[in-house]
Amino acid sequence: MTELSPTAPAAPWCDHCGTATGAGDHAACAAARALEPPRYCDRCRRRMKVQVLPAGWSARCVEHGEIHA
Amino acid sequence: MPEILDRARTQVLENGVGLDQAGVLAVLNLPDEDLPAALQLAHEVRMRWCGPEVEVEGIVSLKTGGCPEDCHFCSQSGLFTSPVRSVWLDIPNLVAAAKQTAATGATEFCIVAAVRGPDARLMKQLREGVAAIQAEVDIQVAASLGMLTQEQVDELVEMGVHRYNHNLETCRSYFPNVVTTHSWEERWETLRMVRESGMEVCCGGILGLGETVEQRAEFAAQLAELDPHEVPLNFLNPRPGTPLGDRPVVEGKDALRAIAAFRLAMPRTILRYAGGRELTLGDLGTRDGLLGGINAVIVGNYLTTLGRPATDDLKLLDDLKMPVKALSATL
Repeated sequence: MTELSPTAPAAPWCDHCGTATGAGDHAACAAARALEPPRYCDRCRRRMKVQVLPAGWSARCVEHGEIHA
Repeated sequence: MPEILDRARTQVLENGVGLDQAGVLAVLNLPDEDLPAALQLAHEVRMRWCGPEVEVEGIVSLKTGGCPEDCHFCSQSGLFTSPVRSVWLDIPNLVAAAKQTAATGATEFCIVAAVRGPDARLMKQLREGVAAIQAEVDIQVAASLGMLTQEQVDELVEMGVHRYNHNLETCRSYFPNVVTTHSWEERWETLRMVRESGMEVCCGGILGLGETVEQRAEFAAQLAELDPHEVPLNFLNPRPGTPLGDRPVVEGKDALRAIAAFRLAMPRTILRYAGGRELTLGDLGTRDGLLGGINAVIVGNYLTTLGRPATDDLKLLDDLKMPVKALSATL
């Protein structure tokens, strides 16, 4: 699995499930992220366009640009 | 020693004749205490009829998401509320992915598209991509584009695609519970055309879709009848938003029983670890499967989810003294 940074504590939205990080338990989301790229922009909650590659991934938010690992 | 394993030792190990459906079912129903013996026999069968080499492959999604089909396990169906969005991979990044794969020592690179079947745009993208890879990367190219017409089969052969993946996913009797937008028989027809074209047939499926143990045995027997060059064995990784999103993960021991049973049904096939093994088997189970009938792996990431780092799998193969199949051995 790729080494990933968890959603930043200050991010308002969970990049795995797309709900508010301040509401509910996101422990399962954090665990799932070990084997999954982010799907939601943690700044605006938009679904991102995600491309998984054999040795990495990229995820693009139409508003906030691209992240990758 | 259970009777079925005694019989398999003679029939499969010594004579190279796979178990029938009833035999596979007997292996799938073995108690836990007999699992090590089943895995040991399956490993001996693999070593006798396939050899110690392990075929390493990487895969990439050329066209992700937005699929019109309703395969209930798949996050790429446009019919479910999955978070996966539609995206196309451009040629430079496709070639980069092939280079990443070749750098691991892999001999196979499979280009996959989430479609019912390829349209003209996808075939053009594939043609350009295959040509670019062949010009820059020393690797065999396979493809997985859904159901094909005879013209498309011929076009893939002409492009130089050497293997075509089209999974039956599950047994014939259970398939309507998993897919309703096309039939098992339509998939079989594509596989027939691929085989007749001379391309290698790659066909497997997913365990843990809700099928019974009897249906798992039925599936192994139907794959054995098809006699594919390669069988990729996936274990369901339940995807959020899909109809099977709440299914439990396959138990590790059941997965290992299935590996042994499928090997004993198909002694000569390339039996490949595909998606879901990280969840179902973990590191220790992955090792057990490689010592229980598996002789091929997908390394690195999958189509929409992430796998173990390729270096972890390559180290494991080295620890097990299982050489990676060289490209020269595949030509």
